Amino acid sequence: MENMSAYPQEISGENIPMVKFAKVRKAYGDLVVLDDLDLDVAAGEMVSIIGPSGSGKTTVLRMLMTLERINSGCIYVDGKPLTHMPANGALVPASERHLRKRRIDIGMCFQHFNLFPHMTALENCMEGPVQVLGLSKAEARDRTEELLEMVGMIAKMDQHPSRLSGGQQQRVAIARALAMRPKVMLFDEVTSALDPEVIGEVTNVIRQLVSEHNLTMLMVTHQMGFARDISDRVCFFYDGKIEEQGPPAELFGNPKKERTQQFLSAVKEAV
Amino acid sequence: MTIFEFVGQYWPRLLSGTGVTVTQFLAATALGIAISLAMGLLRLSHSMMLRGFAVTYIEIFRGTSLLVQLYWIFFVLPLFGITVEKFTAGYMAVGMNIGAYGAELVRGGILAVPKGQWEAALAINMSAAKRMWRIILPQALVNMLPPWGNLMIELLKGTALVSLISVTDLMFEAKQINGTTFLSAQVFGVALIIYYILARFMLTPFMRWLERFMARKMGRA
Ligand SMILES: Nc1ncnc2c1ncn2[C@@H]1O[C@H](COP(=O)(O)OP(=O)(O)OP(=O)(O)O)[C@@H](O)[C@H]1O
Ligand SMILES: [Mg+2]
Repeated sequence: MENMSAYPQEISGENIPMVKFAKVRKAYGDLVVLDDLDLDVAAGEMVSIIGPSGSGKTTVLRMLMTLERINSGCIYVDGKPLTHMPANGALVPASERHLRKRRIDIGMCFQHFNLFPHMTALENCMEGPVQVLGLSKAEARDRTEELLEMVGMIAKMDQHPSRLSGGQQQRVAIARALAMRPKVMLFDEVTSALDPEVIGEVTNVIRQLVSEHNLTMLMVTHQMGFARDISDRVCFFYDGKIEEQGPPAELFGNPKKERTQQFLSAVKEAV
Repeated sequence: MTIFEFVGQYWPRLLSGTGVTVTQFLAATALGIAISLAMGLLRLSHSMMLRGFAVTYIEIFRGTSLLVQLYWIFFVLPLFGITVEKFTAGYMAVGMNIGAYGAELVRGGILAVPKGQWEAALAINMSAAKRMWRIILPQALVNMLPPWGNLMIELLKGTALVSLISVTDLMFEAKQINGTTFLSAQVFGVALIIYYILARFMLTPFMRWLERFMARKMGRA
């Protein structure tokens, strides 16, 4: 097992990053998907992740959501280790219990929405607040209706997902994640499965989140224009590493690395 | 004696036998569902021991005959000091046998639920138990209802074997009547019809209704 002594048990001081990937490595067999990744995301920052297929973009989000375990390194959320926990003065891999305590700060939206098909839109959003946070039905309903209102789905709150369009389902999924009041929101290509004419209704919700809420966000996207519009920073992934990153104007306007230039011009041609 | 005269004369015994058959069926169903769930979940457990236990159970009860299992429970267990009353032994054997088949249905139904459902449930930080009970099992149930319908019919037919340990079910009454009257065509003809009616006009429509009901709950209908 990796010697964890190089990793602090808690990050202190000013400007603690909301999310910190410290030398995070993830491999499937021989295939290294994240190659000693270092990435800090400040509180309230909106970071877009772009890059070619298979470069590890989804994997970054999945590791942060603790859907899978990392092979080495450590992920911190709000200064405290997520993938590890302190035990007898050292960091050891997190127990299931530790993960449950810490992942409460993180919410995620998926490419294929993954709404619960046996529940209405409202029930989907109330499930976490009632079953996980222990809110009363009435409290959960207040909180949830407010969010469904925000994403423009209040009129359809009693419908099952099978009766909703892709764009509507994705907006409910966003409300479901927000109902848990996470500090960090993850979006994995949330518009990729949508018909072109409904992409706007989902991106508008995300825009609104950026302008009106102080959430920390990580967004994987293929929509370069959208990323350019709303991100504080854009990270270009290549082969499990950040090849280049910077403010959107710089990364899109004046990419320095050859691979970034190639990728951006290939994407432009495809449009 | 025509079949109508026959029924006119023997209906009380046929009816009481049918009642016992239905009771055996319901008790075996309850036990079978409980065992199916338990074994289906254990079969998917992370612990090798629990998995091994479930696999062994399923293998034994699927790999041997229901009649032998029934005799074991009724005639062999007492040799080890465990006496089971015949009525109980009857539905226990049928329920435990059906449970082994049902466990495979439960397991298959759970595995057929898309991975994204587990992940979405995890992303809202649900505990493993709640993920299973509230998110996965309800969907698995819908997946496995159609094959469950067939299993229930097998179960109903299986209950006829309990007459062999003298549970006074429909088959037992039929054999008794046959033994005293030798009206074989009439008595077994009526028994056949009653089993058919129970299966096709009660059980099957109920399962269809249940499927429609669940589809509505899923917002599919
Ligand atoms: N469970 C898994 N088992 C084996 N390999 C995997 C698994 N999950 C992902 N990979 C591999 O890891 C690599 C990175 O996958 P990832 O999903 O992070 O890529 P991505 O950048 O999101 O790509 P895309 O733009 O196509 O979504 C890919 O080569 C993928 O095949
Ligand atoms: Mg991806």
